[in-house]
Amino acid sequence: MKTNIGKIVGINGNMITVAFEDAIAQNEVGYAVAGDEKLMCEVVRIRGTLADMQVFEDTTGLRAGSDVEFSGDMLSVDLGPGLLTQIYDGLQNPLPRLAEMCGFFLKRGTYLPALLDDLKWEFTPKVKVGDTVTAGETLGTVPEGIFEHCIMVPFSCQGTYQVESIIKAGTYTIKETIATIKDESGNTRDVTMTQRWPVKVPIKCYTERLRPVDPLVTQVRIVDTFFPVARGGTFCVPGPFGAGKTVLQQITSRYANADIVIIAACGERAGEVVETLREFPELEDPRTGKSLMDRTVIICNTSSMPVAAREASVYTGITIAEYYRQMGLNVLLLADSTSRWAQALRETSGRLEEIPGEEAFPAYLESVIASFYERGGLVRLKNDKEGSVTIGGTVSPAGGNFDEPVTQGTLKVVGAFHGLSRERSDARRYPAIDPLESWTKYTSVVPREQVEAARSLLSEGTEIGQMMKVVGEEGTSIEDFVLYLKSEYLDSVYLQQDAFHDVDAATPADRQIHVFSTISQILFTDMDFGDQAEARRFFHQITQTSKDWNRTEMGSDDFTKTEKKLLDMISEVTKDA
Amino acid sequence: MHKVYHRIDNIAGNVVSIKADDVQYKELAEVVSRNGSSLAQVIKINGDDVALQVFAGARGVATDAQVRFLGKTMKVPFSDALLGRVFTGGRDPRDNGPALTENMIDIGGPSVNPAKRIIPRNMVRTGIPMIDVFNTLVESQKLPIFARAGEPYNQLLARIALQAEVDIIILCGMGLKHDDYLYFRDTLEESGALSRTVMFVHTASDPIVECILAPDVALAVAEQFALQDKRVLVLMTDMTNFADAMKEIAITMEQIPSNRGYPGDLYSQLASRYEKAVDFDTAGSITILAATTMPGDDVTHPVPDNTGYITEGQFYLRNGRIEPFGSLSRLKQQVNGDTREDHRTIMNTMIQLYANFKETLEKQSMGFRMSKWDSKLLKYGERFEKEMMDLTVNIPLEEALDLGWQILADCFEPMETGIHSKLIEDFWPNYAEQAKRS
Ligand SMILES: Nc1ncnc2c1ncn2[C@@H]1O[C@H](COP(=O)(O)OP(=O)(O)OP(=O)(O)O)[C@@H](O)[C@H]1O
Ligand SMILES: [Mg+2]
Repeated sequence: MKTNIGKIVGINGNMITVAFEDAIAQNEVGYAVAGDEKLMCEVVRIRGTLADMQVFEDTTGLRAGSDVEFSGDMLSVDLGPGLLTQIYDGLQNPLPRLAEMCGFFLKRGTYLPALLDDLKWEFTPKVKVGDTVTAGETLGTVPEGIFEHCIMVPFSCQGTYQVESIIKAGTYTIKETIATIKDESGNTRDVTMTQRWPVKVPIKCYTERLRPVDPLVTQVRIVDTFFPVARGGTFCVPGPFGAGKTVLQQITSRYANADIVIIAACGERAGEVVETLREFPELEDPRTGKSLMDRTVIICNTSSMPVAAREASVYTGITIAEYYRQMGLNVLLLADSTSRWAQALRETSGRLEEIPGEEAFPAYLESVIASFYERGGLVRLKNDKEGSVTIGGTVSPAGGNFDEPVTQGTLKVVGAFHGLSRERSDARRYPAIDPLESWTKYTSVVPREQVEAARSLLSEGTEIGQMMKVVGEEGTSIEDFVLYLKSEYLDSVYLQQDAFHDVDAATPADRQIHVFSTISQILFTDMDFGDQAEARRFFHQITQTSKDWNRTEMGSDDFTKTEKKLLDMISEVTKDA
Repeated sequence: MHKVYHRIDNIAGNVVSIKADDVQYKELAEVVSRNGSSLAQVIKINGDDVALQVFAGARGVATDAQVRFLGKTMKVPFSDALLGRVFTGGRDPRDNGPALTENMIDIGGPSVNPAKRIIPRNMVRTGIPMIDVFNTLVESQKLPIFARAGEPYNQLLARIALQAEVDIIILCGMGLKHDDYLYFRDTLEESGALSRTVMFVHTASDPIVECILAPDVALAVAEQFALQDKRVLVLMTDMTNFADAMKEIAITMEQIPSNRGYPGDLYSQLASRYEKAVDFDTAGSITILAATTMPGDDVTHPVPDNTGYITEGQFYLRNGRIEPFGSLSRLKQQVNGDTREDHRTIMNTMIQLYANFKETLEKQSMGFRMSKWDSKLLKYGERFEKEMMDLTVNIPLEEALDLGWQILADCFEPMETGIHSKLIEDFWPNYAEQAKRS
């Protein structure tokens, strides 16, 4: 086939205008030729015989009149065994291998294969010749770390196929044909262990979408108890700079009860990714005893990397997540920060001179955000197994003000909102999720009545606290004062959690159920105090003891002892009936 | 030979456009007209319409000016001969030294592969307790000083530069007042640090385009030194001027502004400079300290706001002191565990008590009764401000920690500080004697 070639006629930042003759497609990928470098770019608008293309690289040195080679494909990623543990840029370039090849700096126009061709995988067939199969069904499996990685009928296959041949058990590379399948009209297709898939198209080889109900336990108490996330659900974490969005995502990526975690570092600091990629291989996944890296894929397009590839990075992430969902796994995608992706859209839109919406974001911002989060979800697969993709995105609103297009657009579509507040982070009350503003549509790990009672106590306590600023402690009744102390107690010993303490950092669901019921009991005990000072002293003591309790291993002697001590302290002050 | 063009079609702001072919995006050109000559850079190509940004500004450029394309992009000379020299933002000599033309390197180069970065691990000692004790600066950190115009942020930058143990200092001035430039030069000279310093200074009276070039030039040079295994400290002052220069240019280019007139890519533009801060696997490092003045003393203004989302913390300079609240070094925990065992405890305890002192002050101003505890706090707060926060205090970390213990001991009983007993026994001044007496 002759290559389809266009000519550059305009250059403005990372946007080029290209004159073309043969047919091209919206979102088709091309390569702009600059000397001996070929720079990947994508069609974003077509007008007559001119295509506007965003270049995923620095455009220095491009000339009017230079060639653009169209590829015929949309922006796609390689899917297959070997994705786990990888560190990719937004275009699925493996960064460690790029570093081996190019040294300290990224080199534009260098694209390496995402999966290694020469690696051998231990293949076990799961079908026989003559079987009928459809897209997404398993032909065989290979072990990938701790998982059985399914080799599936390519997702692009339409209708039913018959297995013509299937290779016998053995070790093969991803390039070898492992099966041949034949469609209804007799066309055959060779299947290898990898397939390419366009990132902007959802993978939908399942029978139905289900309503997310089971909690995805993050082991962050304020999340699981008060603002839970469901397996297959979506949540967002907006907050001003320094409020703790990234730390919260790092904790979640370590402790969340998901099979696979995909971290999309989108337009944020390189240093933060370095922490993850240097530390994860050393950390043990308590569920498997293996390194945490074994269940992780990092997609990293940090703030100084080319802006257009930022957008690609979240799509690359979600596509890999959907791929593993097809195998019946529970995948968690964490994107930090979706605002940077929205800003990339804004830059592109500005260069296209589109009519701007609010704060110069494009008018279609909301629908783009909505269709991204729609790709999450719990599904029933063709083999009746379930798989899920849970999506959590941070949002970085300008000036920390949630009343802006990206936060608002996101709030409309997600199932849980974990709003971080500057006041709480300034007071070092971490995680700084605002317990009064945040909300969720999913079900808590603890009984609902307990949560609701605790929430209303929190809001009453906060009101009393506000009043006290005006009238002083002198002007506050002892009953109100105790209520205030109770809400502060709940905040200090349950909502706040020490991310850097071995035990306190992660609280499993059963522990949350146990501890929260004890704390609820304390909160709703009628207490008797002589004066405010006595009440304050008492709450200081139980706060200290409860914090110690948080730091003991559940099931240990200390755990039982501390709990007993706490309950004894409470019975001392319990009002006689 | 490069073609020369003679006919300028449009002039708007600092941008001229001509008809030309076969030019490269971002290529440099020389624009010569009767009133002088300047370099210019291609910023937009549309068919054969080529828009050029003129570094010296378009003032006085005539429609018959000669435009000669140079076939290359913006570069800066790099060698040890840079040391001790002063250049403009457009990298022309500002001192009387010779122009350097050898070993030209690209500016605004690609970013570092994240896989080649390492987790920062070295403390940068400044002798300022508010930094060393409470918000430790770490090699390769990027950290701005947020301040109102008029605060002594340049003095603070100069002081850190002189006391930090770094190999190379690079000063990048953007819209710098001439007096401030002289202040930096003289201060560095007096202390003998000039010979390991390179300055790229754009002053308020220089062409605006050079204000945007200055950080790229300075950081490209910094990067080369870092690759030669040097620890480089880059001082950038004032990044708000840099952002304002971008705003000015964006508006004359009729770009759609996003927030208070600033272009939509403000975040990416700032980030691509700040992210040059790096600790290289197997080579040197770049640490960036910047001044960001806050118009109207408002952190939610787009420049400090976007900056906060990029940098690894910030120092708030208010009334000549580094505020303990709001100031944050996000990398401090990488290093303050290995300094001295009491470091973290002193840091947390003293700040906590200072917060209590602030509450007491508030209660006092509302006319509420002062308890005995309140008067202890008042005494403590006064000493903390005078002996720790005052920027004239200049002592090494260990002395500052000792001083912390002394202040605590002079104001409180050991148990009132909430410090655990092991540390109290080891560090509380005269603890053994006190224990014996009681
Ligand atoms: N759970 C936590 N426990 C202890 N410290 C925390 C916690 N969360 C945040 N911090 C502190 O706050 C700092 C900033 O947190 P983080 O980097 O997560 O903020 P962010 O919201 O992602 O900010 P940005 O929008 O600028 O990226 C951390 O470096 C740490 O010092
Ligand atoms: Mg962050």
